[in-house]
Amino acid sequence: MMIGRVIGDVVATHKHESHQGRKALLVQPLELDGSNRGNAVIALDAVDAGTGDLVLLTMEGYSAMTAVDRPNSPIDMAVIGVLDLIEIDGRPAAHFFPAPRDH
Amino acid sequence: MQLGRVVGRVWATVKDPNLNAHRLLVVQPLTPEMQPAGKPIVCTDGTSSAGAGELIYWCGGKESSFPFLPSEVPTNATIVGIVDELQVQRP
Repeated sequence: MMIGRVIGDVVATHKHESHQGRKALLVQPLELDGSNRGNAVIALDAVDAGTGDLVLLTMEGYSAMTAVDRPNSPIDMAVIGVLDLIEIDGRPAAHFFPAPRDH
Repeated sequence: MQLGRVVGRVWATVKDPNLNAHRLLVVQPLTPEMQPAGKPIVCTDGTSSAGAGELIYWCGGKESSFPFLPSEVPTNATIVGIVDELQVQRP
């Protein structure tokens, strides 16, 4: 699994039937220092995550299709958790959670 | 899954029988900002209607053969959706 940030979503009317009824999220995988780790991917949503959320991403088919309850489907990635805290070397990794901006 | 654009098509007369009647499309993987993300690949088409120039998303791995069950199609990349709209908001 990887840590990622939801950066948007994909609207597709014509898609495989197993993808109907599940959000397709654009997720940018991240390194532990918060920088981008490769290119953004599209993952089906199993936990009602939204844009801006820091999430747990599985990039393996069986776990992805199990998480979204669509067995034997063409699904290779899914968002399976919304992260509340990341700790690295015994310290909270605050750079993943920027303070909310005042509006 | 990953974003991509259909940039071409390939034909093969001699091929695995399970590939018969499947369209083989050349896809350029893309970032959400529409920049190339790696090199082009050949995909089978799980939507049976993806066409030249269309923005699509594709699934990789063993899972990419599942749209064609019970036929065991030897593919590792299949187009599974045609993209109408993208919303991107990077922090």
